[in-house]
Amino acid sequence: MGTLLSAQAPQEYSHLSKKTGFSLEQIEVLHKRFKQLSQDEDVLRKEHFNGIPDLACNPISAQITEAFFDQRNFCNNVAGKVDEISFEEFLLVLSHFRPPSQHLKEEDRENVRKEKLRFLFNMHDTDNDGTITLEEYRHVVEELLSHSGALGKETAKGIADAAMLEVASISVGQMRPDEFYEGITFEHFLKLLAGFEIESRMNIRFSKNTFTMCK
Amino acid sequence: MLPRIAPFNRTGFARTVPELGLLLLAILVLLEGSVLPLGAASTPETNTHGEANRSGAVEGHSNHTKKAFPVLSFNYESVKLPFEISLWVLLAFLMKLGFHLVPRLSGIVPESCLLIVVGLLVGGLIRLAREEVPPVLNSKLFFYCLLPPIILDAGYFLPIRPFMENLGTILMFAVVGTLWNAFFVGGLLFAICLIPQTPVLNIGLLPCLLFGSIISAVDPVAVLAVFEEIHINELLHILVFGESLLNDAVTVVLYHLFEEFALVGSVTVLDGFLGIISFLIVALGGVLFGAIFGFLAAFTSRFTSHIRVIEPLFVFVYSYMAYLAAEMFHLSGIMALIACGAVMRPYVEANISHKSHTTIKYFLKMWSSVSETLIFIFLGVATVEGPHEWNWVFVTATVILCLVSRVIGVVGLTFVINKFRIVKLTTKDQFIIAYGGLRGAIAFSLGFLLDEHHFKMRNIFLTAIITVVFFTVFVQGMTIKPLVELLAVKKKQEAKRSINEEIHTQFLDHLLTGIEDICGHYGHHHWKDKLNRFNKKYVKGFLIVGERSKEPQLIAFYHKMEMKQAIQMVESGGGSKLASAMPSTVSMQNIQPKNQAAPLKPKERALPQLSKGREEEIRKILRTNLQRTRQRLHSYNRHTLVGDPEEEGIKDLILKKQMRIELDRKIKEMANHLTVPARTQDSPTMRRARLASDPQSFTVKPSADGVPVIQVDLASPQSPDSVNLFDETGQPAQNDDQGLMMKTKSSESDKRSEKDDLRDQQKLMRCLSDPGPAAEEDEDEPFLP
Repeated sequence: MGTLLSAQAPQEYSHLSKKTGFSLEQIEVLHKRFKQLSQDEDVLRKEHFNGIPDLACNPISAQITEAFFDQRNFCNNVAGKVDEISFEEFLLVLSHFRPPSQHLKEEDRENVRKEKLRFLFNMHDTDNDGTITLEEYRHVVEELLSHSGALGKETAKGIADAAMLEVASISVGQMRPDEFYEGITFEHFLKLLAGFEIESRMNIRFSKNTFTMCK
Repeated sequence: MLPRIAPFNRTGFARTVPELGLLLLAILVLLEGSVLPLGAASTPETNTHGEANRSGAVEGHSNHTKKAFPVLSFNYESVKLPFEISLWVLLAFLMKLGFHLVPRLSGIVPESCLLIVVGLLVGGLIRLAREEVPPVLNSKLFFYCLLPPIILDAGYFLPIRPFMENLGTILMFAVVGTLWNAFFVGGLLFAICLIPQTPVLNIGLLPCLLFGSIISAVDPVAVLAVFEEIHINELLHILVFGESLLNDAVTVVLYHLFEEFALVGSVTVLDGFLGIISFLIVALGGVLFGAIFGFLAAFTSRFTSHIRVIEPLFVFVYSYMAYLAAEMFHLSGIMALIACGAVMRPYVEANISHKSHTTIKYFLKMWSSVSETLIFIFLGVATVEGPHEWNWVFVTATVILCLVSRVIGVVGLTFVINKFRIVKLTTKDQFIIAYGGLRGAIAFSLGFLLDEHHFKMRNIFLTAIITVVFFTVFVQGMTIKPLVELLAVKKKQEAKRSINEEIHTQFLDHLLTGIEDICGHYGHHHWKDKLNRFNKKYVKGFLIVGERSKEPQLIAFYHKMEMKQAIQMVESGGGSKLASAMPSTVSMQNIQPKNQAAPLKPKERALPQLSKGREEEIRKILRTNLQRTRQRLHSYNRHTLVGDPEEEGIKDLILKKQMRIELDRKIKEMANHLTVPARTQDSPTMRRARLASDPQSFTVKPSADGVPVIQVDLASPQSPDSVNLFDETGQPAQNDDQGLMMKTKSSESDKRSEKDDLRDQQKLMRCLSDPGPAAEEDEDEPFLP
């Protein structure tokens, strides 16, 4: 996208709108935000994310930032990380948080669920081997509890272990004592969060008027 | 009892116990019906008797005539009031018992209907005895004694998360919906009264509107009673229920407004404007009062660590005071109660002891249960009593208009609301919301409060209100269950909150907040997060005692989960299934990574892995040996209280904790005597032996499969903390190792080990029944150190 974005806006936006599912007004608002975050550059880098004050208080800010630069979330099957993202990729990541439209058939709804759960899975599976190992899961829990101080470390381990046990019990059931449960695969993850109703919970309201934050 | 009746009951009406119970109840109802008029009738006798006595005494005093000393006298007057109250409460309890003894009936007809019928019967009996029916549904009694427990129960156990998420929708239904209902019904009734053909019904506009405002409010008591039994999904439940709670503010304002102005006869625009302001004050003021008292209660509970016994009292008294204070200023008492309960709950629960928590839960459920039962019975009695004035046109018009306005209101509002909701309300949802708009006793009591002199049409109103109440409770109450089945409305998921779901709930919260921040959008998650941070930083430190204030929610949840699991394990008796009810042999070693990436010395690598795995299993075992501890369920269904028979679990909690600490310490120094375990199933003989040998019904569950067993033998004559270590050959190893040790079994030594098991289990029980050194320790410390 060039610097004369406003002139190209209509076609670009409609192309993006088709690809990501956002409406034209939403794309315009998000574009403004993109510009604000990237300080008028064309690409976003990780440092730009670090400049958001409220994000710093978030215990999983690092993982959220990582998720934006993870190629798996760009709706293609490429893996790996990039250092900078364009507006289109920014929108692609955000499109995971769009609420599903009201009149969806059951299988479409299922696809939406899978997509959202895939996003979460990618966030946990940092080494991109297709499974969430115990270590990765422990890391997740530790990050969640990272703002609670010394209390966190040991109990985080315990919680992660218990959670892993539960996944294994649900997914595999019977295991001989010398078998080893590799990690949570995507199917197990789906099974685990089957009752979670993620398609109605993992949504952000991309309204027409967003408050712009001044820094 | 049974053999006596059997001879003439071959075909068996009273063949089964439940039917016998019902027969007993019917007899009791008759008794009840006859005692009350008897009581009323006996008063003149005792009065004269008293008088005679007095005059006799006076005379006696001057003449010293000797009378026979009254060996047995009957004085009903002095105990009349408490006696009658107790009799009513007893009746209520027995009715409830009766309905649960006959499951067939309670499956078809909701309890509220049955209770109203009982009330009708009792009222009828009293009438038959030609006595005056006591005005039981006295408005004062209702509003000050019967209603608060129900509302407090609802508010204390209100599920905050879904309530807050749907608050906008709930408020729309409560405020706009009720206003619409009131004006629609009132206006159209007035229009009907104006039609010249109707029998003379000289009711002005303002009384009509007053009536509309009384009849329009959805009643929380009726909604609770009916919805409790149908188990619909959480969203619908909270929408209808929340609406019924929050519309109280609207009802209060409209009622007072129209009552005032009906006397004056006209309303100006200024009055309307003042009405709006009044509404805001009533609603917000009520909430404010509730919040203040809630914070006071939370603050007080901070200091109660030395007098645990009176902790529940604080909860009840502060809440009741909030209610009364709000009523004093004509603010919304219901909203005050809800706010009080909801505000104080997280802080109070962190501060009070387990026993107090259980007490509060049980008392609230008990009182609200009794209240609800009494309300419905009294409704029945009051119906019989009257005063009635039946007017076909008015009554049928009211019923039809209520239904119509409810449907139109819900449909119209949902249309508007769906524009703002992420999860839209479907047509099915709308139908259930409309159909669930039940009216109840509050409407009746408000009607009762009307002054007879100012409102000559009071009787007509009362009749109409009762008809609507009966209609909604009977017709809608009875048919809603089959309709829910028919429409396949989503039912409440028996949510077993797993640790994974909790982790992901938290994760999702933070994720969504982060995304909102990135988008620069100050949305709902952003504010919720800000509130949570404010709460954690300032409020919790102030209101919660000790280090509980810093415990993050995930950890608190984890502790609760562990306790729940322990209880489930214990309650499942000798079964070796895990709490997830799925037969699973997965244990810690299955998920521990075999090859650590970090460079560890080989010797070290073996030990930490195994010991961690064992640690987990040891924790599980200790947990299984934990007796009935309390679980902190949040339940807003009166019938889901888990039985909690053992009250002595606290000592075991302490002992277990100590044992755990000991064990953790000693595991580190353990020698490598561990092999792969394969524990056998618990045999019935062992279970019986265990249960038989101990007065407190312990269920020492051996363990899940693949888990080693600790034999702690504090009663042995050897060193105080040692166990006999058995290796695979079954011979006792040397006891030079100090400290607790792990005992493992292999499948070969099954038969031999059973007997040993028996002996060791008994020793284990004995040691567990010993309270240990510091039984007076405060039981409030967190489960895990």
